[in-house]
Amino acid sequence: MKQRIGVFVCHCGINIASTVQIERVVEAIKEYPGVVHAEDYEYMCSDPGQGMIRARIKEKNLTGVVVAACSPTLHELTFRNVTALSGLNPYRCEMANIREHCSWIHKDVDKATKKAIKIIKTIVEKVKLNEELTPLSVPITKRALVIGGGIAGIQSALDIANAGYQVILVEKSSSIGGHMAQLSETFPTLDCSQCILTPKMVEVAQHKNIKLYNYAEIDDVSGYVGNFKVKIRLKASYVDWSKCVGCGLCIEKCPTKVASEFEQGLAPRKAIYVPFPQAVPNKPVIDREHCRYFKTGKCRVCEKVCDLDAIKFDEEDDFVEEEVGAIVVATGYEVYGVQNIGEYGAGRYKDVVDGLQFERLLSASGPTNGEIRRPSDGQIPRRVAFVSCVGSRDPELHKPYCSKVCCMYLAKHAMLYKHRVPDGQPIIFYIDIRSDGKGYEEFVQRAQEEDHVTYIRGKVSKIYEDNGELVLLSADTLAGMPIELRCDLVVLGMAICPSSGVDELTKKLKIQTDANGFLTEAHPKLRPVESLTPGIFIAGCAHAPKDIPDTVAQASAASSKVLEMFGQKELSHDPMVAWVDEDLCSGCGVCISLCPYDARELEIKEGKRIATVKEILCEGCGSCIAGCPAGACQQRNLDDKQVIRMVETVLSRG
Amino acid sequence: MAELVDKISELSGQNLDACYQCGKCSGGCPSVAQMDMLPNQVIRLLQIGLPELALQCNTIWICASCYMCTVRCPRGIDLSKIMEALRQVNLRENLDYMKIKEIKEEDIFILPQIALVANFRKQTA
Repeated sequence: MKQRIGVFVCHCGINIASTVQIERVVEAIKEYPGVVHAEDYEYMCSDPGQGMIRARIKEKNLTGVVVAACSPTLHELTFRNVTALSGLNPYRCEMANIREHCSWIHKDVDKATKKAIKIIKTIVEKVKLNEELTPLSVPITKRALVIGGGIAGIQSALDIANAGYQVILVEKSSSIGGHMAQLSETFPTLDCSQCILTPKMVEVAQHKNIKLYNYAEIDDVSGYVGNFKVKIRLKASYVDWSKCVGCGLCIEKCPTKVASEFEQGLAPRKAIYVPFPQAVPNKPVIDREHCRYFKTGKCRVCEKVCDLDAIKFDEEDDFVEEEVGAIVVATGYEVYGVQNIGEYGAGRYKDVVDGLQFERLLSASGPTNGEIRRPSDGQIPRRVAFVSCVGSRDPELHKPYCSKVCCMYLAKHAMLYKHRVPDGQPIIFYIDIRSDGKGYEEFVQRAQEEDHVTYIRGKVSKIYEDNGELVLLSADTLAGMPIELRCDLVVLGMAICPSSGVDELTKKLKIQTDANGFLTEAHPKLRPVESLTPGIFIAGCAHAPKDIPDTVAQASAASSKVLEMFGQKELSHDPMVAWVDEDLCSGCGVCISLCPYDARELEIKEGKRIATVKEILCEGCGSCIAGCPAGACQQRNLDDKQVIRMVETVLSRG
Repeated sequence: MAELVDKISELSGQNLDACYQCGKCSGGCPSVAQMDMLPNQVIRLLQIGLPELALQCNTIWICASCYMCTVRCPRGIDLSKIMEALRQVNLRENLDYMKIKEIKEEDIFILPQIALVANFRKQTA
């Protein structure tokens, strides 16, 4: 077939036109074999630009289109849709990147223009050999998996379930609720955290569309968008929850006490325990690591007192498999340990606590019933110092990023402390006050004006204990004076980091993390809740430090992306996948070891081993093609013939 | 004065713009009580292009180069090197901070020899 290719050259305003001489490009390309039409326009992606391409395809009876503009990651879809609307197969349209690969990175106008011409000629050669392709269709399992039962996971699960789809919610601890359940009151409205959270927890437990696996972890994930298979490990709780009615007698009689995780170590719990009174589900688990029976072989007191025979010491981890179409990862955060900060005592001083510990001291259900009493001697502290940016904004020694919530919760802490201890003196050490949420700046102003919280601009350099008091060495950078402050209690606004274990999980999910271990979004602005792996979405502090309103908003956004997917009959998959010339394939299997997507497998065909392609899994990365010793693997619309023609064009004179 | 700031930056090898004025250096400095200006303020003067004021303060001479500020600085700035650079700029102009002739005779007898030598190196051109 004689090729009739149209080339459309975009100025991209001055982005391309200031470095590449567009007129010269158009003149040169007009004469190129196979090209029947070439023209330029200021913004090819605009409506008139697109209209021009549609009109020319018809007028000139084009068989292929090359748009010389920006990167295909930006506008390939735009121009393929334009091509399809004109009745031409969209895979007969390609983009020649003369912006990122040319105008943006060069200064010499003459050389850049020549390079742009070369790039376009290369893509014209490719289009000449492009096949007409049809996207592959992929069925969707319309059930979602949500990993993590904190506020992000709860919100996400509820949104998807309320839309009528089934949700599997997996939480690693025995109760959902996450860190939000530990908080006392929440900024900037000071509503009780438990009061606003527990109705949602109960809703999850009672929802007909939500299947909750608490005390469970993700063991393995296979499959692909729309069709994931998830193996879930149900950790042995040693309690038969179907028999247990939650009477609590076992807990009362258990002789072993260990530091409660929920109370941040400020109060003990038993070895058989429910993490907190409002836990959902409210069923105990045995902590194998500390249980006297598991450690010494003797005890079994819980078993003796349980009339319902619910204790099962011989229980083992169990596994279930679930099929889902989409996954929301909401694994949350943990607090950077005080032990990492040597100059603040590295955890040696009982009265230097972190923000979550202070939340428990403020909480009506906490170890002091909401009275502020310092851990060392139970005294009410008369002067409390709050230190922000501990471990945060410290690229040299700790975490480079801002932890985002500390400014606000320290203001809240100081305010609530003043409400409980009216003659007490709260002092906040800060570097910058970040209060950029709705009502946040007003909240900080209230702390200063109404509760008379003293703000000192300076980072604390050293904390040491002296005679039952804590001494802080700092500077007031505004007054230009060094400061030595004695106080009774210090609250550290510690950095927040991704939950431990997330690293392992991301490997199973094949999603990426950034340098700090937070989940990477597909695009920082335009695709903030999607991971780079199709079908896997992210929400909450697993993505970056954020407060409750932002977390809830992101969780709902992730759900809406899931629902967007579930609203379709089936998914379509890019057809530019690998294929195999079965006559050439020797069945060596190199491709299988190279494929990062598990898309290659060996099959026996007519007594011969052939490495076939599972097209839906193939992302077209080309690894198998480069690795195939026989040249049997090829990629659709990027086969050896095309690549060689393109290389020849690049290397040719002129 | 931009040239002088560049010179101090070059001599010390430090990026002065990395400092976000948290004051942790000043908070932990064991000699701060004797200083007429906090260490973070010395950096500030360099950031806003007033190096001549930074050269006049006693802070740069009081600094014992103990490196407390350097090890705690969240932005990885070696303040001790900046203090040394500021001393060097003065000393290259033959502006001695310590006047040898003014040392009292009784002090010379009490002070260890090594202290005197160290002082000559640090505070005289």
